[in-house]
Amino acid sequence: MSETQVTTQETQYQEINDLLSKSKHYKEGFVTTTAVETFEKGINEAVVRAISAKKNEPEWMLEFRLKAFNHWKNMEEPHWAKAEYTPLDYQDYSYYSAPECGSCAGSCETDQEQVIDPEVAKAFAALGVPIDDSDANVAVDAIFDSISVSTTKREELAKLGIIFCSFSEAVQDYPELVQKYIGTVVPYHDNYFAALNSAVASDGTFVYVPEGVRCPIDLSTYFRINEAKTGQFERTILIAEKGSYVSYLEGCSAPVRDTYQLHAAVVEVIVHEDAEVKYSTVQNWYPGDEDCEGGILNFVTKRGICEGKNSKLSWTQAETGSAITWKYPSCVLKGDNSIGEFYSVALTNRRQQADTGTKMIHLGRNTRSTIISKGLSAGKSDNTYRGLVKIAPTAEGARNFTQCDSMLIGDQCGAHTFPYIEVENATAQVEHEATTSRIGEDQLFYCQQRGISEQDAISMIVNGFCKEVFSELPLEFAQEAEELLAISLEGSVG
Amino acid sequence: MLLKVENLQAQIDEKQILKGLNIEVNPGEVHAIMGPNGSGKSTFASVLAGREDYEVTEGSVEFDGEDLLEMDPEERARKGLFLAFQYPVEIPGVSNKLFMQTAVNAVREEKGLPALDMFDFDEYAREKIELLDMRADLLERSVNVGFSGGEKKRNDIFQMALLEPKLCILDETDSGLDIDALRVVANGVNALRSEERSFIVVTHYQRLLDYIKPDHVHVLYNGKIIKSGGFELANELEQNGYDDIIQQYQGE
Ligand SMILES: Nc1ncnc2c1ncn2[C@@H]1O[C@H](COP(=O)(O)OP(=O)(O)OP(=O)(O)O)[C@@H](O)[C@H]1O
Ligand SMILES: [Mg+2]
Repeated sequence: MSETQVTTQETQYQEINDLLSKSKHYKEGFVTTTAVETFEKGINEAVVRAISAKKNEPEWMLEFRLKAFNHWKNMEEPHWAKAEYTPLDYQDYSYYSAPECGSCAGSCETDQEQVIDPEVAKAFAALGVPIDDSDANVAVDAIFDSISVSTTKREELAKLGIIFCSFSEAVQDYPELVQKYIGTVVPYHDNYFAALNSAVASDGTFVYVPEGVRCPIDLSTYFRINEAKTGQFERTILIAEKGSYVSYLEGCSAPVRDTYQLHAAVVEVIVHEDAEVKYSTVQNWYPGDEDCEGGILNFVTKRGICEGKNSKLSWTQAETGSAITWKYPSCVLKGDNSIGEFYSVALTNRRQQADTGTKMIHLGRNTRSTIISKGLSAGKSDNTYRGLVKIAPTAEGARNFTQCDSMLIGDQCGAHTFPYIEVENATAQVEHEATTSRIGEDQLFYCQQRGISEQDAISMIVNGFCKEVFSELPLEFAQEAEELLAISLEGSVG
Repeated sequence: MLLKVENLQAQIDEKQILKGLNIEVNPGEVHAIMGPNGSGKSTFASVLAGREDYEVTEGSVEFDGEDLLEMDPEERARKGLFLAFQYPVEIPGVSNKLFMQTAVNAVREEKGLPALDMFDFDEYAREKIELLDMRADLLERSVNVGFSGGEKKRNDIFQMALLEPKLCILDETDSGLDIDALRVVANGVNALRSEERSFIVVTHYQRLLDYIKPDHVHVLYNGKIIKSGGFELANELEQNGYDDIIQQYQGE
């Protein structure tokens, strides 16, 4: 029998791609108008000093910023093959912006609720972020441009000795803790964007869980970039003392703008002996227009150290937004028997570019790491997994399992996998599995012929593909992530 | 009448494949379509199922009293048109169970029936597995992934049994099957035969037809049905090939 193929390369995916190129709905794309205080565009030593002064910071914090700034000045912006962008003009961004009545963080000691700008409150309400104490299962830190506008459930948490506040407040109220940990996991000179962040860090979240305390609710931060041409440089520090547990979530969005906005965050996580931290992210920054112009450039350094014995750190992320994402949540497994995990779903559509993955650095004995990465590419996007598994000579008996799966939707997108493996101890076991599959018209037609609509078919296939990762997300987040995927892929069907 | 195809002409990439095809199928009838490679059998099946790559340039298709060509592929499926593919497709990560539960419920919704939950569906699926004498682990696996050629075809028959369509089109479901699998497929078809359900069976071999005894046999050549007859026509083709019939047709 002759096996006559009925399709030609050109026609096969044309329809899918036509549909994919239709504008996707970014429902978080509204702009809030409110009185704001925004610094003049540009970056120099005076600006760094002004930010620090604005926040009424102690001398050591200013010094940290200035050291970082002076280092950054002499660094070069990184450009590597798989994520292309034109060099940014750092003088064309503003490095501080805050709604006016909230801009006094730290200096005007009034009741929290009263200082929230009503427009800002409306914006968070529209985003479904509970900035009052209404949601029983989660405490929220809401960050609007450069500053934190509200942190809920603080008293409740304080009873357990848990500190959950904005980074700026932590600098004021817990200077010894901040000073002890800042820059210990991600030094200011670590990379270009970490250095920039260290110089102009706006706000972020500070979490401290004392010894033996299991945090009974999820802690979460919601990041919102509103002002045009403003960079958001949040700094988050999370410390889990001996035998403690915390689950921390972050979500993010930004209005529709026509120029790139920069988001360069630094997250440092310190996990002590027998402690466990689950860190989940649903990232839905504005991806830009058809060509991803105006989207967020998401250049993030996230790193945690499993400092003590038997400690555990899990990163779970669903990345659907941003024009460019550059992000490698990492684990330094220093304590013996410590565990690092990385579960990731990264979806790119249109011309989005994602270069994401993890680094698992095994230093301690019998340390274990698991990496599950699911990359979905549609449209004309590029999705890259880049991961490093390093087993140091001291990491006797270390083990790693890595699985990287890529799914292509259509034929104009790309998926790339770059696993770097460095093993310096012969007792280590490192396993790597990778697959690539494609959703094509044949599969969709097969589903339709069984009565399943194209939309349902795609979401069934995509959710099946992402199942292992979504099951790691807290329930509400998992649902949100599934919905986000559906919205992000909306253009891909008729 | 369940299906009425009149002067159907269709092309792909500006190449005319179907050139005026006529066929009528009544409820309960089994029709076999035979014909040399490349004559347009799969094209005909695809056009009926609504594959968009093909452009219908002439003719009409009436299905159960409605204009079939107006409907989306999923609508056709929900209204009872089923195609067992010549090359069933693999869908990684999606279990056969979820896939078929979604499909069955789409069809049930069309019929105004309530959706089956996991437990109801499980029970329903087990009945069909027994009816067709298939392996129970079929449901747990991803749709067609890692299935052998024969298993894929059997899976299509299983899906057909679950969806209980009005018109079943089998495109070379017998190709590549060993004797046992062939019997399973044939038994499946026979088990599903009823007064209301019709079949169009595309095949190259008499083997399958011996089991299912079609009411009508058609020869498709160059985009047209050039000869129709009863079961005995299949016999004749098996013995003499297509040459005589084609020459006779070209002589006319
Ligand atoms: N995209 C296409 N462009 C041009 N010709 C095509 C295209 N797709 C199919 N054809 C042609 O259409 C004709 C009919 O193909 P079809 O698959 O319907 O044949 P068939 O009768 O099912 O054959 P077989 O017995 O081998 O399965 C073939 O000549 C094939 O080459
Ligand atoms: Mg064929």
